[in-house]
Amino acid sequence: MADQPPPVGDRSQTSAPELVVEIRNASKRFGTVPALSNLTIVAPRGRITVLLGPNGAGKTTAIRLVTGALTPDSGSVRTFGLDPDADGEEVRRRCGVVSAKPALYDRLSGWDNLRYAASLYGLGDDALDRIDDAATRFGIRDALDQQVGGYSTGMKTRLALSRAILADPDLLLFDEPTSGLDPESSQAVLALIRKMTGEGRTVVMCTHLLIEAEGLADQIVVLDTGTDLLTGAQDELVARYWPYPLVRLEAERPLDPGRLATHDAVHTVAPHPAGGLQVELTDRALLAGLVADLVGEGIPLTRVDPHEPTLEELYFAVRRDRSAAEAVAS
Amino acid sequence: MNWHRIRVVCTTDLRQLWQSKDFWVPMLLLGSIFFLFVPLLLLSTINSVGEGATAQRLAQQLDVLPAATQAQIDENLPAGSPPQSRVIYALAVFLLAPIAVVVPLTISAAVGAATIVGERERGTGEFLAHSPASTREIYLGKLIASFIPGYLTTIGGFAIYSVLVNAFLAPRAGRLVFPTGPWWLLILWVLPAFLLLALSLILRISARVRSTAAAQQAAGLVSFPLIILGYTQSTGALFGTNVVQITFVLGGVAWVVAALSLASGMRSVRRSDLLGVANNR
Repeated sequence: MADQPPPVGDRSQTSAPELVVEIRNASKRFGTVPALSNLTIVAPRGRITVLLGPNGAGKTTAIRLVTGALTPDSGSVRTFGLDPDADGEEVRRRCGVVSAKPALYDRLSGWDNLRYAASLYGLGDDALDRIDDAATRFGIRDALDQQVGGYSTGMKTRLALSRAILADPDLLLFDEPTSGLDPESSQAVLALIRKMTGEGRTVVMCTHLLIEAEGLADQIVVLDTGTDLLTGAQDELVARYWPYPLVRLEAERPLDPGRLATHDAVHTVAPHPAGGLQVELTDRALLAGLVADLVGEGIPLTRVDPHEPTLEELYFAVRRDRSAAEAVAS
Repeated sequence: MNWHRIRVVCTTDLRQLWQSKDFWVPMLLLGSIFFLFVPLLLLSTINSVGEGATAQRLAQQLDVLPAATQAQIDENLPAGSPPQSRVIYALAVFLLAPIAVVVPLTISAAVGAATIVGERERGTGEFLAHSPASTREIYLGKLIASFIPGYLTTIGGFAIYSVLVNAFLAPRAGRLVFPTGPWWLLILWVLPAFLLLALSLILRISARVRSTAAAQQAAGLVSFPLIILGYTQSTGALFGTNVVQITFVLGGVAWVVAALSLASGMRSVRRSDLLGVANNR
């Protein structure tokens, strides 16, 4: 019987697979309730993959598959190229997880919570130094002697983050890590997450907050009802959804969409929800010519607003299309 | 299996239990009632009736005991001991001590019932589920953590009880009379097996039910027959002939059943039992 597990994995290994997480066509039911349905997620090494979706989309279940806490009814899961069900100990030793609820022992002190994790992860003689470093890094060092039951939500999250990095994991799994935090603390946590990927770690993070995903994610997976709807970098996804540059035009008098649509620079024209027209350009470089032509025709333009769609717009567009497809199917 | 992790799970559970005064103070009180206050009251009462007619009448009740049991009393007390001494001996060894078997089973059942479902209710099961510890290590760590408070109560309780009984009987017998040989066997050999058997079942229940309250109710249903069995078997073993041999065999059977139940229990608990999700059982 082995009394101590082998040492923690080395991120410098070149033979390691490029994809740290591979969930392919995974389905999972809890009783009669489907939680995942043909879900596919891949997370590349050293990147932040954000799972974005409403409550009940299957984000937490996906995280649980990655560590082998749950096994799929069908489909496959590989983490570090290993099967988490068969090689669970090895997989979990290389993962750091922060759950939606911080999952801390309220009756124990911060120290005891971290020491418990250090022991379970088989940290040796330097466990106390690692605890000290991790707690200092997340600004919780001075509160470690207090019972966790007396911590604020922010302190609990910081302690949970400290615990997650204790064993120097290769893969960090964050399930709504800023849940219950004030904006300042949320920003600090997100900055730390960004910093950790800079150190070569892979991050998979669940959130339903679009603002969190925007700017943080290297790759976004939009989930709904246990299925991945869309996967890619934000720019790629926007380009896939809106392949033509967008511009919002307004004038002192109503613009004629039919007239605009005949212009060489215009691909499509549609009413903009906030007023005026939304124009898809065939090429952004042609915008100046379009504006010059309109002004030359005596149209008094009051707004020429090139528009980069936000993640929020993308998200709602994806969900709108999904609802429409479901309505057609039913 | 990694014994380091089993020990860590166990000691962390015990540390949390130590912090829960609202749990262990009532349990301490329960132990005090069975091991100290009730015996003290009864033995003092018998002691205070003197050597008169009341003691004679009480001693006559001992005639209903099996011959082997009466012989045990006579062997452990000096020849010609007064009826009062015989009554105190019979009460201490054959009536009160078996009742005290209830206490460790009750305490361990209370701890064990909350152990897995408690992790799930508090959300801490999520941490364990994602940790490198296997479900077998978690199960065993928690089982040992539930066993220790019950068994420590047994050791501590019977130590106090022995002092009490000997305070009444040693001056009359001219030596320490409790624990008797069969009681040493019951405490060290039979009772741990019964505790482990009960806990192996209770932890399985704890893994499957939805709340601590439900686990405690179900644990009560499991531990009650085991308490009755433990009581009747210990009493029966003490009353019979070949007491030591019977007690030894009884313990052996209990250990075999407990080992089988433990092995089955370790296999039955799943990682998803630690999570707050409906499972597919």
